[in-house]
Amino acid sequence: MTELFTIAASTDGGGLALGITEGGNWFLRNVWLIPLLPALSFVGILFFGKRMPRGGSELGVASLGIAFLLAVVTGAAWVDHRDDYHGEEVYRAVVVHDAHADAHADDHGGGHGHPSLAVHRTATWFQTNGVEFTVGTLVDGPAVMMLLVVTLVSLLVHVYSTDYVHGDRRYTHFFAFLSLFSASMLLLVVSENTLQLLCAWELVGVCSFVLIGHWWEEKPNSDAALKAFLTNRVGDMGLLVGVTVLFFAVGSALPDRFGSFSIAETNALASSGALSHTTLLIASCCLMAAVMSKSGQFFLHTWLPDAMAGPTPVSALIHAATMVVAGVFMIARMYGVFFEGFQIDGSSINLMAFIGGLTTIVGACLAFVQRDIKKVLAYSTISQLGYMVMALGVGAWTAAMFHLFTHAFFKACLFLGSGSVSHAVHSFDMKSDMGGLRKHMPHTYRTFMIGTVALAGLPPLAGFWSKDEILVGTGGWGLLGGTGGNGAYTLMLGMGMLTAALTAAYMTRCVYLTFFGEFRGHGQPHESGPRITVPLWILAGLAVVAGFMNLPKGFQMAPGSFQERFGHFVEPVAGYFPAISHGTPSWSLAVVSTLVVVGGIAAAGWYYFVKVEAASKTAGTSLTELPDGPTTKYPLARMGHTLLANKYYLDHLYNGVVVDGTKGPVARFAYRINQQVIDRTVDLVGETAVKAGVTVYEKVDQLVVDGAVNASGSASSATGEELRKINSGKVQSYAAILFAAATVLAGVLIVIV
Amino acid sequence: MLLNQFLLLSAVLFAIGVYGVLARRNGVLVLMSIELILNAVNLNLVAFGAFRETVGGEVFALFVIAVAAAEVGVGLAMVLLLYRNRRSIDLTQIDQLRG
Amino acid sequence: MSVLAALEGMDRLSGGEVLIAQNVAFGVLALAMVAAALRMVTTRNVVHAALYLVVVLAGVAGMFILLGAEFVGVTQVLVYIGAIVVLFLFGIMLTKGSFGEDDGVTGERRLVAGLVGLLVFGVMAAALVESFEDAELSRSGPSTTAELADSIFSDYIVPFEAVSVLLLAALIGAIVVARRD
Repeated sequence: MTELFTIAASTDGGGLALGITEGGNWFLRNVWLIPLLPALSFVGILFFGKRMPRGGSELGVASLGIAFLLAVVTGAAWVDHRDDYHGEEVYRAVVVHDAHADAHADDHGGGHGHPSLAVHRTATWFQTNGVEFTVGTLVDGPAVMMLLVVTLVSLLVHVYSTDYVHGDRRYTHFFAFLSLFSASMLLLVVSENTLQLLCAWELVGVCSFVLIGHWWEEKPNSDAALKAFLTNRVGDMGLLVGVTVLFFAVGSALPDRFGSFSIAETNALASSGALSHTTLLIASCCLMAAVMSKSGQFFLHTWLPDAMAGPTPVSALIHAATMVVAGVFMIARMYGVFFEGFQIDGSSINLMAFIGGLTTIVGACLAFVQRDIKKVLAYSTISQLGYMVMALGVGAWTAAMFHLFTHAFFKACLFLGSGSVSHAVHSFDMKSDMGGLRKHMPHTYRTFMIGTVALAGLPPLAGFWSKDEILVGTGGWGLLGGTGGNGAYTLMLGMGMLTAALTAAYMTRCVYLTFFGEFRGHGQPHESGPRITVPLWILAGLAVVAGFMNLPKGFQMAPGSFQERFGHFVEPVAGYFPAISHGTPSWSLAVVSTLVVVGGIAAAGWYYFVKVEAASKTAGTSLTELPDGPTTKYPLARMGHTLLANKYYLDHLYNGVVVDGTKGPVARFAYRINQQVIDRTVDLVGETAVKAGVTVYEKVDQLVVDGAVNASGSASSATGEELRKINSGKVQSYAAILFAAATVLAGVLIVIV
Repeated sequence: MLLNQFLLLSAVLFAIGVYGVLARRNGVLVLMSIELILNAVNLNLVAFGAFRETVGGEVFALFVIAVAAAEVGVGLAMVLLLYRNRRSIDLTQIDQLRG
Repeated sequence: MSVLAALEGMDRLSGGEVLIAQNVAFGVLALAMVAAALRMVTTRNVVHAALYLVVVLAGVAGMFILLGAEFVGVTQVLVYIGAIVVLFLFGIMLTKGSFGEDDGVTGERRLVAGLVGLLVFGVMAAALVESFEDAELSRSGPSTTAELADSIFSDYIVPFEAVSVLLLAALIGAIVVARRD
């Protein structure tokens, strides 16, 4: 442990101690090109977009297309790079054999076949007072995975948007910010240090703000944008403080350095035990606040459903597939810090797992009472993000990343599907404007169904595999042979199971309301064009196959070389990654979780497809709920529904209690000061003056000649006149007083000192 | 050369600038007087820089020049706006802050 | 070959530590500057005031060169005389008719302003004389532009970035404020 610390200090952040290399394939070293392309596209669209035949969208699509191709090539290069590496089981030992390995690296020139893995490049950004700030790229498994996901989803959303926002008055502006968002998100995932990460983090926040408020002429939209921005501000403070704490913590651990923002160094030092546990706990809690706001964790999640005010492609790209997982990704990046800070290894509960677990249930419950199809998906996103955070909290790192990966595809597919539906019926309201759309929109219906099944987690679609892995990772399945992992998080296993059932049920409700029954809206809905349906099919296809990328170990239906491919390529094998232990997959757990999902679907299906359908037949119209459903029959159910419909009263809490609670008293306090102190003083002076006048009149005036009184009266009036002149409203007389007063004060200072 | 001869010259220029800011009615002339004040500050910065034998003074003089350019740009824009709205840049006529 | 070095050469001929040439140059420049500054704040003609300002600015540039800050001196000429004064002249022309030739200064205002100005000068002068009575300027020769550049882009990089952002903000602000819409 101490050895790692000394090596990290002596090799100055580069080289072996951190398991990073500056060698590697050209594509791995020049990964900065990928964020650069959309950034250039942003500038290009901003300046020339309006003059282009397609309003700048062609530039955005082209740049994202090239970026995607680059990402694919980078991914392939990474696969090669990873397979060249054979030291998996001894990588912790490699960290210690510094001198030997260094010579080894020199022999091989450029680090080919080098036992260290992540490809690291830095350049000096600026330096001040001897502290050097760098920018650079740290390319490892999670970064490459995110590059692929972000460029792919972004490309599809760009294509989809050319149809969806066609004819919008700010078409060009929309594409410019879509490009900027992609650039910032890509920058975030390749960031080499926390400062760079912070900048990208803020940039995606700004893009989110701009795009939520895309139709800012309507008040709710601009309100939603503001809410998103301000809620994120709360968490960003946490990020800022956390990053600063870590900067100085690393500095105090490395004697010859002032501090360091480097992600690899910070993690390596945290894992080695060179940083104190208290420091790491504080930093983890601060960073957790940032995750809670960005990734919509309970109780800072309230902005995310409101963010659906933005155009649907934005919701799909930013508020479901990419930006909101920035928080999850940040935990994954700084996992060394969190792993030690929350002592994930070997415990049974911690802040991160608990918040994740709570969020996943809270979000899923809220999804039941929404009328707006996008809000159902938004709460579903919150719930799934909770799943990922919970997985990270219980030490199932790979499972969380895998769920992030699969979720991006099926959630983007569902969101774009909802956009396609709203494109046809010009509304998002499932209860009043949808129903029976499966006949009118076959493509949308089929892709939406695929997305739903994937999200619900039925085998063999993507969601099943990743969800199952998370449940395994909790290590709480002790029924038929434990699953191991990093501790016995039984509570989290229960939360995950419950959510699985809830997810299946609310998605069944959503599908019924949208696609089954009779059409309740106006006009004739029609299927969307190919620029909308083709991305939908691509995403749906990925939602089917993505799960096969990480078949569990010991899965007999696939050859060994197909097992745990995702974990093999994505999980970092480097000194900066903590030693996590993996759970053992369990057949019984998979069967039980599938049964739970089926149970959820069956319960909701029975309610909607049997009872509501029958009630609709008798009523002769397409109903959306039973006229005498549980909420009308049982007071407890009604109370629960009211609680959910009011979103647990969190908005009331924030607006009514927190905002008014601070705004009101401050205003009242100021008013009271104004009324009571200032006015009272003035009144008091006046009253005293009157009283004094009376006294003077009675006592003095009788004795002293009138002339004296008159003189003092006119003197005070003259003083008032003079003082009134000061308040003339003329800038220069104010300036004269300012200068004179400042000079007099300076003079006094000189005399005294 | 004495340090004080530069500092006193700077003080004279500063005081004249203050007089100009306070006495002139023309908005443009007030801005010009502010430039005088800023130049006095610059002279101080460079003189102290030479005295302490560091380039810091010169660096900050350069920064002040940049800031002065920004200040003149915005200040003149405001004067133009004033002129367009009131047909006058007489600062004594602008007294809407009067109490 | 810098002006300062040339002046030092003359100084060596005169043979003393008193730096006669520099002091003569300082005296001439200072007199011209104070006179021009006084005329600037008192003249009735606005255009003349701008021209007096040029004299003061050029004088300050001369002082910079005397102090060995050649780069700052050149920048002073380029930016102030080249750009800012021209901007002032534009401002005067665009607001012409507002005052004509006459910018009368009423007696009372002049009195107040004069008193404040004297007060400012008095306090500053007292403080300066007390603090730096006989402090001699060192004669380390002019600082090179390279030194200056190194310093700006290493030690002072953050203020430099801040100034660049400020300039951008001022640019946008000036456009927004002055735009006709």
